[in-house]
Amino acid sequence: MPIHNEILARAVDLRKSYGEHEAVRGVDFEILRGEAFGFLGANGAGKSTTMRMIGCVSQPTSGSLEVFGRDPRTEGAAIRARLGVVPQDNTLDGMLTVFENLVVYAGYFGIKKKDAREKAAELLDFVQLTPRAKDQVSELSGGMQRRLAIARSLINDPDLVILDEPTTGLDPQARHLVWERLFQLKQRGVSILLTTHYMDEAEQLCDRLVVMDEGRIIAAGSPRELIDTHVTKEVVELRFGPAHTTELAELSLTLTGVGAQIESLPDKILVYTDDADDTNAALDARDIRPTSMLARRATLEDVFLRLTGRALVEDET
Amino acid sequence: MSVIAYSAARATLRSSGALLNRNWIAMRRAWVLIVSGAVESLLFLFAFGFGVGSLVGDLTLPDGSTVSYTAYVAPAILANAAMMGVLAETSINVFAKFKWMKVYDGILNTPLRPWDVALGEVWWALIRGGTYIGAFVVIMGLFGLLDSWWSLLAVPACVFIALAFAGIGLTLATLFREWTDFDWMNAVVFAMFLFGGTFTPVEAYPAFVQPVVYVMPLYHGIELVRGLSLGQPSPWMLLHIAYLLALCVVGMWVAQKRLSKALYK
Repeated sequence: MPIHNEILARAVDLRKSYGEHEAVRGVDFEILRGEAFGFLGANGAGKSTTMRMIGCVSQPTSGSLEVFGRDPRTEGAAIRARLGVVPQDNTLDGMLTVFENLVVYAGYFGIKKKDAREKAAELLDFVQLTPRAKDQVSELSGGMQRRLAIARSLINDPDLVILDEPTTGLDPQARHLVWERLFQLKQRGVSILLTTHYMDEAEQLCDRLVVMDEGRIIAAGSPRELIDTHVTKEVVELRFGPAHTTELAELSLTLTGVGAQIESLPDKILVYTDDADDTNAALDARDIRPTSMLARRATLEDVFLRLTGRALVEDET
Repeated sequence: MSVIAYSAARATLRSSGALLNRNWIAMRRAWVLIVSGAVESLLFLFAFGFGVGSLVGDLTLPDGSTVSYTAYVAPAILANAAMMGVLAETSINVFAKFKWMKVYDGILNTPLRPWDVALGEVWWALIRGGTYIGAFVVIMGLFGLLDSWWSLLAVPACVFIALAFAGIGLTLATLFREWTDFDWMNAVVFAMFLFGGTFTPVEAYPAFVQPVVYVMPLYHGIELVRGLSLGQPSPWMLLHIAYLLALCVVGMWVAQKRLSKALYK
């Protein structure tokens, strides 16, 4: 939770266009010191573009943006000096060793060599890469490279750490290692800004988040608030054997009234309800027998689905 | 105001110095590559200076004075060495760091600006080029190819060549899209080496070729270095220096513009 109410970044009607394409279509947000703030959205929603504008590596097309009370258009270097950035593709220096990556990066911030070496050793320890200090970056696994990029982003004791899709492309074990480190950072009071298209990541890490879709913010709040506002407490997932898209859509029409809302997906039907038992009873009463039935708590995934009509991580089939 | 200017200059120095430090750490394991560049120039000196020189003997210059062919060719090969070392560093190596290894993509998230990157690369290229120049001048001295005290000025003269080609190399690195683009760069460089006044005075060429030669940056470098190492200073040298410096400034400016455009999307 935010400790102070100091605003680290503020955007008003922020927009970014690439030629005809408008990637960010007027977003407003405030990021406070001490909080973990998330941008949740599908690929291409405009999250990374927004991050790049906050990181002062992309010029806004219009609207206002302030980071640390400064204007990224004219004071980019001064703002970047106080940011820590973990880009989606790490951008580690492939010609340097793990340790050198940190020390050289410290040099870009004007940190003296002796301090840089101490800090680098401390950060390698933090991301559990000390035994790999002398290895070339290319010898590290994807998860290790990401952890090194996180260590690198902390070299200047940043006021705000920006992580763009911190666990995309990592295996589950590597993801958990990254999450663990990010949790520790949160506990130390480091302000974190992250983008993700994983709802569990957003739910676990973010104090506050905005949901982005097609360049706009379509909802904002804490994970709990978003769920309470946009969906019911529980969700019942129904599957009907091999039944698919069209059949399920037809089936869903017969379900009216068993829950607050019905959502038909390509492989299942979701019933939003305040009480899963009531829904089960209602299905029984109508003699509707799904092949499988799963009652669970509503998540951010459901929020996204309700708001956009689409799943957050589309099946890659 | 002067305080601001001073601190801005210091920040620029510090920032470009950080990139210099990066290059030093990255390349210190590859020093063999750097030494090999110096050896190449020595081979040229032996092949053309002493080899061809023994057949040609002495050469009469347009002003009527006579020099040994080796003493005539050696400064041109020195100028060539200054060009090659710097060009390899700024064009191919910067291209690799920029488009292939994406080194600058990581740097752009730091307080460094494209201008600092360009400047840092120029410092580094000058150091690498400088080692070739220094080594070659020592060898010229050992072979008795330096005739007057003026010839000591050949070293700073080479720095102007290095600066010019650092600017040109950086621009090419940011303009080129593929490795094959370097083929035509090498062709142009080789043409300059052959026809930029390395082996014969430009006056020996047909009149219609001469203007082309005057445009070649290497020609101005060769004239400058040769004039000094033969102890024949002339006011024209100021023009050569101005031309080389202009190429450096324009090249760096274009390069940092291109870097900004590519990285700050």
